Amino acid sequence: MCGTCGCGGSDVRVEVLAGASQHGGHEHIAVHPHPSGPTGDVVEIETALLAKNDHLAAHNRAWLAERGVVAVNLMSSPGSGKTSLLCRTITELGPLRPVAVVEGDQETRLDADRIRATGARVVQINTGAGCHLDAAMLARGLAELRPAPGSLVFVENVGNLVCPALFDLGEAARVVVVSVTEGEDKPLKYPTMFALADLVVVNKVDLLPYVDVRLDRLAEHCRSVNPGVRVLPLSVTTGEGMQPWRDWLVAR
Amino acid sequence: MHELAITQGVVDVVTARTGDVPVAGVRLRVGRLSGVVPDAMRFCFELVTAGTPLEGAALEFERPEGRARCRTCGQDFVLRDPVLLCGCGSADVEVVAGRELSVVSVVLAERRAVT
Repeated sequence: MCGTCGCGGSDVRVEVLAGASQHGGHEHIAVHPHPSGPTGDVVEIETALLAKNDHLAAHNRAWLAERGVVAVNLMSSPGSGKTSLLCRTITELGPLRPVAVVEGDQETRLDADRIRATGARVVQINTGAGCHLDAAMLARGLAELRPAPGSLVFVENVGNLVCPALFDLGEAARVVVVSVTEGEDKPLKYPTMFALADLVVVNKVDLLPYVDVRLDRLAEHCRSVNPGVRVLPLSVTTGEGMQPWRDWLVAR
Repeated sequence: MHELAITQGVVDVVTARTGDVPVAGVRLRVGRLSGVVPDAMRFCFELVTAGTPLEGAALEFERPEGRARCRTCGQDFVLRDPVLLCGCGSADVEVVAGRELSVVSVVLAERRAVT
């Protein structure tokens, strides 16, 4: 709690590390008025803030179930290799099961163009300033996509390890992709995302000899926020781990 | 910033109940493990309430702490961060509180019947 004004609601922690310049106390910048507290009639609301999204997600889930379509929500930071993983997966799974993709990005159709080149049906959602997909966006995407009954639909979320975690889309499973070049501490830095994953794919394991990352420690960090979560090492480049990944998908 | 979309949800949830009645205060429950930052919501609140019945309303937060139950030793304990670890060393714990994210109540700026 701030000793100057007593405001204590902040979760944003600012720490001065040893070795950096130290000073007694901190400068206080008042950026919000302190309400004296309104005193009119109180109306109890008690409604979940994500109730609308969760309701739409339930509709998506029912819509998908009616058609025997399995949706997998792929989430990661930008550059982890989600689109590359999808392109290779579509090529390998193609003969076994129809695959379609909903691409989420702030801007451009670049990812959708890469997916289209594989022959799969694809819809691009551009969120503009938005940092995540929500259930309403996916509903629009699915209506455009019209996935074949019994198909597998990948939802490639906006590259971001924070915001997409909070929005249920109606998917059957959540997969977090993390690449070894991002370091082994991502699950600790972005615990909400990893806590909700059904599977963690560790991509780019072919680069392990060149980075200071140990797979066992990365897996341990995943399990410290999500006990029992399966961690699947994989390389889109070499194909290592693609077989267990395909098996996991086919079992959905 | 997901807080922008979530704070827009505050306006939707409140106006669905109170319509166009001016609102003087909004009380939210944001658990400490919810992944939502009250400071960011406060910042967004001013933006998304402009021109709505919530404009100028005071925002208050209840911050339930994270709590978990250990499936190994049965102990209930406070969870200060999302790393799931009981004092007994077990990571097999169930989060029982701290993920709340809801509108608790509002204070109306004028006396008017609300259903």
